[in-house]
Amino acid sequence: MEPERILLAHGSGGKLSYDLIRELFLPPLHNPILATLADAAIFSRQGMRLAITTDSYVVDPIFFPGGDIGKLAIYGTINDLAMGGAKPLYLSIGFILEEGFPLEELRVVVNSIKEAAQQCGVDIIAGDTKVVPRGKGDKVFINTTGLGAVSEGVELSVDRICVGDKIIINGFIGEHGIAVMTQREGLEFDTPIKSDAAPLWGLVSQMLEASQGLHLLRDPTRGGVATVLNEVASGGDFGIRLEEKALPVGEGVAVACEILGLDPLYVANEGKLIAFCQPDEVEHILAAMKRHRYGREAMVIGEVVATPPGKVIMKTRVGGTRLLDMLTGEQLPRIC
Amino acid sequence: MKYIDEFRDNSLARALALRIARLAEGSPEVTLMEVCGTHTVTVFKHGLKDLIPDNVTLLAGPGCPVCVTPTDYIDKAIAYASLEGVTVATFGDLFRVPGSSSSLEKERARGGDVRIVYSPLDALRLAQENGDRKVIFLGVGFETTAPLVAVSVQEARRRGIRNYLVFSAHKVMPPPMEALVSDGELRIDGFLCPGHVSTIIGWGAYRFLSQQYHIPCVVAGFEPLDVLEGIWMLLRQIRHGEPRVENQYRRAVREEGNPRALALMREVFEPSDSEWRGMGTIPGSGLTIRDRYRDCDAEANVEVEVEPASSHPGCVCGSVLKGVKTPLDCSLFRRVCTPEKPLGACMVSSEGTCSIYYKYSDRA
Repeated sequence: MEPERILLAHGSGGKLSYDLIRELFLPPLHNPILATLADAAIFSRQGMRLAITTDSYVVDPIFFPGGDIGKLAIYGTINDLAMGGAKPLYLSIGFILEEGFPLEELRVVVNSIKEAAQQCGVDIIAGDTKVVPRGKGDKVFINTTGLGAVSEGVELSVDRICVGDKIIINGFIGEHGIAVMTQREGLEFDTPIKSDAAPLWGLVSQMLEASQGLHLLRDPTRGGVATVLNEVASGGDFGIRLEEKALPVGEGVAVACEILGLDPLYVANEGKLIAFCQPDEVEHILAAMKRHRYGREAMVIGEVVATPPGKVIMKTRVGGTRLLDMLTGEQLPRIC
Repeated sequence: MKYIDEFRDNSLARALALRIARLAEGSPEVTLMEVCGTHTVTVFKHGLKDLIPDNVTLLAGPGCPVCVTPTDYIDKAIAYASLEGVTVATFGDLFRVPGSSSSLEKERARGGDVRIVYSPLDALRLAQENGDRKVIFLGVGFETTAPLVAVSVQEARRRGIRNYLVFSAHKVMPPPMEALVSDGELRIDGFLCPGHVSTIIGWGAYRFLSQQYHIPCVVAGFEPLDVLEGIWMLLRQIRHGEPRVENQYRRAVREEGNPRALALMREVFEPSDSEWRGMGTIPGSGLTIRDRYRDCDAEANVEVEVEPASSHPGCVCGSVLKGVKTPLDCSLFRRVCTPEKPLGACMVSSEGTCSIYYKYSDRA
């Protein structure tokens, strides 16, 4: 029997990542907070509800249309806090630098980090630097950890999802993954596709203020919309039904996916959120979202249904239905 | 998106579904085979079975090149990869196909030099850049792929590249279609003929099926409306009792196909008997490198010995490829055979029936 090894697909955010977390990491490290496997861990200390999250960034190339690794390292962690309903307070940052990496490029990245943090209203209060020999890393890898505070009454959890809940997305899908991919592979399209990288706490706070009917928020990063919806449905006593014709896919992403044989439902986003909402609050929440710059194109893409439980089913444009499975294998390595 | 949206239009699809339903109404059970794996993908990805009446059955056929390539070919490719001084170049879809005891993927992890290429010309470049190694390209595919490989062989000769070799398992489509209708194990009332293959061989190539075997044939494109219209055309032929070859894919396919590609293919390859997974040896269904290009033929120049091939005892890929079983009849499907750990070829290729059922069907 061949010894099992880490494959690139373990980092895809799809099925193998999920299995690795469930089977290798979770059992020895188990505790009730970790076991929720939420984007941010939420816990109470001395009457305060706090949220903590951590994420590492290895995107290649480090500069791409619409962003760079620095912006991504701030927004990504801010967004994981926001998905827990937490207002971002502080960040820590760690750099792993490759010997030979030009200081000029590092300055650009750090400046980008400064701007992104200012935009989000957070301070970076701790940091670390390591250097590895040439070839043992690739330019720069960044880790950020975020600390946030959750207001009284905010409760976002899979347990709150009910049959009939509507599923909202805040705009067009697949832009980040395609922007990075086309930059990396040197593909050119008439209209360049820009990453959607954006910080989402502002939008989320507006949604939380507008309604108590928000049940769950998730950001469809690696593995895309399909994988996140499968994670939510998996093991639940409900299913999810999507409408293909309602899915917002921009012309550029649609064309690129058609040529490259990719499915936009599995392509990463860095400025999108998926919201599960009480049906009678949908209009209210949509209206609040549309008032925010990152929510102008918000729309309903599907709903929570009773059958089949644990699965995501899509009504296709031509009028059939099909299963929408988790990402299997690796679609695009190192996109965040 | 222009040229795509039009072929996925909801109201046109419903209108076609209605026409199909009218033709099928009151008629006995009809079994249509979509020969090509890409058609099967279209059927499942767009949920077309929901638009077709219950008395019309769509069967997936043997049109997935990776799936029909027998295990002993894979074993031999793995053996090539384990040789000193040999680089094996392959399209990505063959990389994970299980052989008797290993796969090209595992062979690479063990240190074998296996490269994934997107074109045989990339493999030729590898040969040019690595003059001290033999580069063996795994020639797997139907009439759509064979002309490209023929070009690479001619280019190797023209440029004097002597370390480029092809291990050919190329196959042609009409003979297995004839084998399926003449063997009688399966009743097929009509063929949805492969669109891409037909761009090369032309729709005229299926005429013998309608004339000698009275089987309706329609060459169809790969968008949902193409497939629905193809099904409707087949049912219309069945209803009128007039089997012939019709061409739904007029925007790409001509009666005579692509004469230039055919000439290239015939210059380098000659027809031979060939083994198909699940279907045995079919006369005239393979393409072997002609004697005059023998110096490019891997089998004639590099010797390897392999044990007799074996596949997983429970795997029913062979029967799935013939259309006599579906993945749902397989005890391994979804339980132990998954895209992460495939036990048979049909779970590996994105055009393989098992992989398509796994990905798009919510049954079992």
